[in-house]
Amino acid sequence: MSSDSGLLLAVKDLKKSFPGVLALKGVSLTLGKGEVISLIGENGAGKSTLMKILAGVQPADSGDYHIDGQKVGFKNVREAMDLGIALIHQELNLAANLDLASNIFLGREPGSKGFINEQKLHTEASRHLKRVGLNLPSETIAGSLPIGKQQLVEIAKALSCNARVLIMDEPTSSLSQKETETLFEVVKGLRDEGISVIYISHRLGEVKELSDRVTVFRDGENAGELAKDEINHDNMVRLMVGRELSEFYDREIHKPGDCVLKAVNVVSPTYPEVPVSIEVRAGEIVGIAGLVGAGRTELLQTFFGVTPSLGGELEVQGVSFSPRSPADAVHAGLALAPEDRKHHGLVLPMTVRENASLPSLERDQKMGFLDHSKEKEIANVAVEQMKIKTPSIEQAARFLSGGNQQKIVLGKWLAMNPKLLMLDEPTRGIDIGAKREIYKLMEKLAGKGIAILFVSSEMEEVLGMADRVYVMHEGGISGELQKNQMSEESIMQLATGGSLSA
Amino acid sequence: MKKNVFGIFGLLVTVFVITAIADPNFLSAYNMQNTVKWSSLYGVMSIGVAFVIITGGIDLSIGSVVGLVAVVLSFFTKIQGLDPIVAIGLTLLMSVLIGLIHGLLITKAKLQPFVVTLCGLLIYRSLSRWLTDNQSLGPVPLEGDLGFENLEQILMLDFIFSGQIPIGDFFKLPTPALFLLVLALAGSIFLRKTIWGRYLYALGNNEDGARYSGIDTDRMKIVAYVLCSFFAGIAGILFAFELGSVQPAQTGEFYELFAIAAAVLGGCSLRGGEGSILGVIIAAAVIRIIFNSINMVGISTHLEFGILGVVILLGVIGDEMLKKKMAERQVAASEKLAAELSGKSKGTQNLE
Repeated sequence: MSSDSGLLLAVKDLKKSFPGVLALKGVSLTLGKGEVISLIGENGAGKSTLMKILAGVQPADSGDYHIDGQKVGFKNVREAMDLGIALIHQELNLAANLDLASNIFLGREPGSKGFINEQKLHTEASRHLKRVGLNLPSETIAGSLPIGKQQLVEIAKALSCNARVLIMDEPTSSLSQKETETLFEVVKGLRDEGISVIYISHRLGEVKELSDRVTVFRDGENAGELAKDEINHDNMVRLMVGRELSEFYDREIHKPGDCVLKAVNVVSPTYPEVPVSIEVRAGEIVGIAGLVGAGRTELLQTFFGVTPSLGGELEVQGVSFSPRSPADAVHAGLALAPEDRKHHGLVLPMTVRENASLPSLERDQKMGFLDHSKEKEIANVAVEQMKIKTPSIEQAARFLSGGNQQKIVLGKWLAMNPKLLMLDEPTRGIDIGAKREIYKLMEKLAGKGIAILFVSSEMEEVLGMADRVYVMHEGGISGELQKNQMSEESIMQLATGGSLSA
Repeated sequence: MKKNVFGIFGLLVTVFVITAIADPNFLSAYNMQNTVKWSSLYGVMSIGVAFVIITGGIDLSIGSVVGLVAVVLSFFTKIQGLDPIVAIGLTLLMSVLIGLIHGLLITKAKLQPFVVTLCGLLIYRSLSRWLTDNQSLGPVPLEGDLGFENLEQILMLDFIFSGQIPIGDFFKLPTPALFLLVLALAGSIFLRKTIWGRYLYALGNNEDGARYSGIDTDRMKIVAYVLCSFFAGIAGILFAFELGSVQPAQTGEFYELFAIAAAVLGGCSLRGGEGSILGVIIAAAVIRIIFNSINMVGISTHLEFGILGVVILLGVIGDEMLKKKMAERQVAASEKLAAELSGKSKGTQNLE
């Protein structure tokens, strides 16, 4: 224990499981005073779980957690905050209708006997706002600020609690390039003040710029550490995926066939001003990249008839098509594995069999009656092909892990032999084994001539899987990149509203 | 799902035995016939509302639909002298149209089921009273009524809807029990064996999930409301003949609550996605026997709603506890499997 005394924070052999998944299989992490470390890993590697444990959001099952050499075990967020650990959430938690001062001191308002000392509230708040480089009146309403500034307010809020460790989970996922730069300036300034930062990001460029050290997780375990001079793209990716990239994303480029989906000036209701045109051909895997909120999910939903298009034209294999509901889209041979698989992808209380057969029931009916043997066959084929880990096809879907749930979603669409398979964040929250199987499946389906269109926020996934990528920005297509033009830089450039030549 | 039915069946047996011990007259042929008859009449309505509750909706208008159908039928056969078969056809058509309007308002105008059917409850009740000037009347015409010429036909229908068929020397089976049997069987087959039945469960559990699977969820919801009103319509005809005299202001009042209570006690969750016809009709019988029992044992009838409320509450609590137990067992099974698999898959992660 005395050997850890120089460290601000140290965890060792931490374990955590959720129903059906072992999220952390014994991980370790150390953090010194004034150190900025990055924690990287694929989705489902256990980063967010560890951060929640560090910040007291949820307890670990077992393992050691030391702060200043003292063993701690937090029951709640308040206890963690008292020791100076603050988590800046992926989704911002500001009350949009309150002003900045009230947000910063929410639940800790200065004053007495139930009355708030307004003057103290605002002077204190202004002081913390300045520390994060926000020269705004503390009376500003939080909801009126752009996301990037709201993020800084969150940090100010953490500082007002005397935070010594800031945990930032994907802070830049919805920031523009400019906002990201500002955030980095602030983080570097805080580091110089002696505040430690644990930074989680998928953007390896950012990780490289910011980190003194990088810790890599893979599948709930420590995969390696990189010292400052070892931090580079290749090293990080190799540790993250555990093998060379080309091996993980095992792609074979198929000669694209006829055009399966053609969208000309299609307008999704979320961005009524911005018409979108794209096309996807048989055997092609096409990616859609962009920042959170760029309109990618909405575009897929418009193709799938969830939110019908307000204009333009859609064609499926040359036949004009205007879906008013997912039922229309399914009849035309489209399938969508939605981003929110718990609410949109599956009927969780129903069994694997019932979920897998749901779209096929209409086709396989016998005068309106269920065809039980066909239903079982579909479920068994799905379990076998997709390697769904379930005690039986009669198990309720909600008791399976995220990866297995996603496999059910894919299994149910494969039974329909779709012409176009759309996948929205296909591997979010899925362990690395299942992820690899899903990539292999995408590859296999493309080989069979199915057109695949997928949305992903994971840069590696887009670069590894897509033959071609459309990048979206504020509802529109800001650019199209062929395989040989695709790079993290070019995609980010387009995603943040820049153009390629700039 | 089968376990839920065991629970409610146990309750039926318990209530039955307690009442039989408290007053042996409960087992008399006359009382049994009555119990079967009233359980059947309630059962028919309860099956109807079960379809709606399984989709996660609610129908508060059932009692008023029962009343309106009974009133309109009597009005047709007695006052208007309409052919009784045609009259029955028209009233059933009316009940279907009511359900269709409910379904359309809920799915297309996106109104809440509670609001739509609450307004229905008020509207159909006052229509009944307005149509008859609040005078009671029955489906069987008297001398001087326009419908008197159809008397023979109507008496025949009276037998079909509220007659008794002798079985053995002592027991006479009330005909509503046959209606219940046929409707329950049809309802069960619909829910368990047809694709529409599966769709109702799916959309009740997760409407978006069902819609994203290509199911026309709006159409299925409309089907559920139409079935509910249609079953209420059949119940209305049964009640009209059974009562002989329909009170426009009272006939069917509160019946929606009995029907909903039976559905809930029988294993339907108001959150949707759960329930079986068998459970619901057993629960309808339980409710009838409790009323019967309160009368026979000599408990103040002022307490009957209170006792019913307590029984339903206990039944639902017991059901929740049972479900939790079963869920825990399933989680444990999944965890065990996950642990085994993660141990096994360490070395081999190959797909093919």
